[in-house]
Amino acid sequence: MTLNSKIPEGSVSQKWTNHKFGIKLVNPANKRKYDVIVVGTGLAGGAAAATMAELGYNVKAFSYHESPRRAHSIAAQGGINAAKNYPNDGDSIYRLFYDTVKGGDYRARESNVYRLAEVSNHIIDQCVAQGVPFAREYGGLLDNRSFGGAQVSRTFYARGQTGQQLLLGVYSSLVRQMNTGKVEFFPRHDMLDVVKVDGKARGIITRNLVTGEITSHSAHAVILATGGYGNVFYLSTNAMASNVTASWRAHKQGAYFANPCFTQIHPTCIPVSSDQQSKLTLMSESLRNDGRVWVPKKQGDDRNPKDISEDERDYYLERLYPSFGNLVPRDVASRRAKEMCDKGHGVGPTKLAVYLDFEDVMQRNGKDWVSEKYGNLFDMYKQITGENPYETPMKIYPAVHYTMGGLWVDYNLMSTVPGLHILGEANFSDHGANRLGASALMQGLADGYFIIPYTIGDYLARGGLQDINSSHEAFKTAEKNIQTNLEKMMAIKGTKTVDDIHKELGKIMWEYVGMARNKEGLNKALDLIPQLREEFWSNVSIPGGLNEFNPELEKASRLADFLELGELMARDALNREESCGGHFREEYQTSENEAKRNDNDFAYVAAWEFKGANNKPELHKEDLIFDEVGLTTRSYK
Amino acid sequence: MKITVQAWRQSSPTSAGEFVSYPVDNVSEDMSFFEMMDKLNNNLIRQGKDPISFDHDCREGICGTCGIMINGRAHGPLKGVTSCQLHMRSFKDGETLVVEPWRANSFPVIRDLVVDRSSFDRVMESGGYVSVNTGGVPDANATPILKNDVDLAFDAAACIGCGACVATCKNSSAMLFVGAKVTQYALLPQGQVERKNRVSNMVAQMDIEGFGNCTNTSACEVECPKEISVENIARLNREFLKASF
Repeated sequence: MTLNSKIPEGSVSQKWTNHKFGIKLVNPANKRKYDVIVVGTGLAGGAAAATMAELGYNVKAFSYHESPRRAHSIAAQGGINAAKNYPNDGDSIYRLFYDTVKGGDYRARESNVYRLAEVSNHIIDQCVAQGVPFAREYGGLLDNRSFGGAQVSRTFYARGQTGQQLLLGVYSSLVRQMNTGKVEFFPRHDMLDVVKVDGKARGIITRNLVTGEITSHSAHAVILATGGYGNVFYLSTNAMASNVTASWRAHKQGAYFANPCFTQIHPTCIPVSSDQQSKLTLMSESLRNDGRVWVPKKQGDDRNPKDISEDERDYYLERLYPSFGNLVPRDVASRRAKEMCDKGHGVGPTKLAVYLDFEDVMQRNGKDWVSEKYGNLFDMYKQITGENPYETPMKIYPAVHYTMGGLWVDYNLMSTVPGLHILGEANFSDHGANRLGASALMQGLADGYFIIPYTIGDYLARGGLQDINSSHEAFKTAEKNIQTNLEKMMAIKGTKTVDDIHKELGKIMWEYVGMARNKEGLNKALDLIPQLREEFWSNVSIPGGLNEFNPELEKASRLADFLELGELMARDALNREESCGGHFREEYQTSENEAKRNDNDFAYVAAWEFKGANNKPELHKEDLIFDEVGLTTRSYK
Repeated sequence: MKITVQAWRQSSPTSAGEFVSYPVDNVSEDMSFFEMMDKLNNNLIRQGKDPISFDHDCREGICGTCGIMINGRAHGPLKGVTSCQLHMRSFKDGETLVVEPWRANSFPVIRDLVVDRSSFDRVMESGGYVSVNTGGVPDANATPILKNDVDLAFDAAACIGCGACVATCKNSSAMLFVGAKVTQYALLPQGQVERKNRVSNMVAQMDIEGFGNCTNTSACEVECPKEISVENIARLNREFLKASF
């Protein structure tokens, strides 16, 4: 199968306008004849479900959470980008587009990114209309701040809880539609398979997490907005339940997985403190606006930071990148932090940390000013580490945060399975090899509010969908397979817990498929992961029963998929013999240790096709064409 | 550290529950409370016993999924902190921790420490929104809003919907939760059109769900992990009265 990205004709700024005019419409009276399933009700899925219900479609929305308000979008702290140019500092749709393509190290699709920048302004309007309390100036107008990878202030924010406020906005739209009956919400339901009829996605199989019941749900189209897969590393800033299962099961049904190795390691997280640790906590990148990153010039210097004088400190980001300074993109900041620690300049008990210092800004603007802007983050830091960042610099270290890779989609956000659409972090399309800060919220809401409601109409209006329901043979077969698989897992009764095996997988992934990768290590991962998978299927221990509330079974079922995904990530990283964005292959770097892209051989999206459990996946390439943004070496100097 | 966890065990919504004690050794002060629970659960699984079910997700205090009564206090002994952000340095070596689910008729137990809070969603469905469809809205800067109003609206909107207010209230009242949402919209121009209907409908649904009324003990404000003020309850009452005429 050749990949057809369906990029519309015309100049980049006209593509979306032309496309919206060219696509087929479902007339208002007919929309109620279509059922759409939305899996995942975070920013992307919740926005899509609410908006499609407003349009008149019958929406069935599924979440493994008890309520849509629990989705992990809620944890995003810093903000959401838009090209409003309210601060009058030279921003434009084109500049947001340009920064995002460049920030993604030229591995994103231009047409999609332009559209994202184009709809960004509508998102802010929409959120304000919903009553989202964005930060404002004394004059009553909206405030903006700057973020990594940009030299303009285009980030809208609600203290350090922007994701929470945007998600609650989405949730409000969604509950309004639940109240009208246009959205039927299924809480605590895990999606375990996509069901195809005539090669088209026509429904899903779910497990009710309270009763254990396996059920079929049919529809005319299926949307997955199920987030990223950073928890393959065990430790990440993702929520505990974030997982790849919905995406992975869709992959096994024919949806290609694109650029799985593109993982974002966020530079400002609270360092790991013990092997009992269950998750990592992000400190918003917005802190880099006012905090200064440094390490002691002397290796192994373990004096109190207060006793280390100015000339004994290395503000290495300001030194290496004078024009962007502490605001270089995340991939660059993370890699440099690792480099400093590898060279022996790391601080704290593990020596795997660098300082993020607020002394200058406290002297310049006062403690109250800092507290107004970052108070909740400072409190959170203090609560976790027991140290007061108003008095001593924060210690930070990079951690897995976001996955740019995801299921391949065309311009309509449809995967390689007809009728199966992928939104938000779960798709691959907009961030290339590195996502800029405050762009995830933008993409989730763009996909959900302003893109899928148009493009899904085109798919539905083309017709050709059989009249079926969930008693169709295809659903019965899928249910049976799921049941058999879960029974097999429960029957193992081995000696290792799910957490034991997940931690081992995390160690392999962090060591060999983490911040810096090389051929030897990746081959090692390709040896170790199948062995661990074998161990899981012969030695895992899952307590309790199938037909009851059983969190360990949920975890096991998700881990089984991570154990397959990890291998694909290593394979993809091995295939990509270049460094770009968050994918850093040690063999491919410049003399200044910057990522060295290879545009001649790798300016493509690597889309992997599942070929059966024991076969190697097949690589398909979508060549990336850059008409607008010239391919240059990214420089933030 | 050595800790004893005395946990509420209840296998299903209809079965009887009981307290069971479990020792946990080698607990470090830097572990979070839930990491200690993870350790206990992994020990139980290795011994062939059922682990203790508890709800949790983001583990950074924002998703509102977790909520445990620890030694009789919602989210444990600290102020302004969720259960997931609690660290073992807040407890003493040798201490016994009594852990229970939220107890309220409107939050039935699903299993062990996990409760069903869908009543909160139904209250929100009854009016916790501004009725605008996607698209066709004015420019975001078309209506200036007083910074002070937005800041107050934000303070209320910071509610994470965990249910600690209900769990700690002797009347199992949800008025802090409802008051926070009513306040957010009452203070913003976007919320004005539906102001009266919203408060009437949300209060009616709150009553249908069986939540009690406020008798001004202010326990909810003390235990709220986001420190939402009882001023929001006062505003809820004022809004409700105004809507009645």
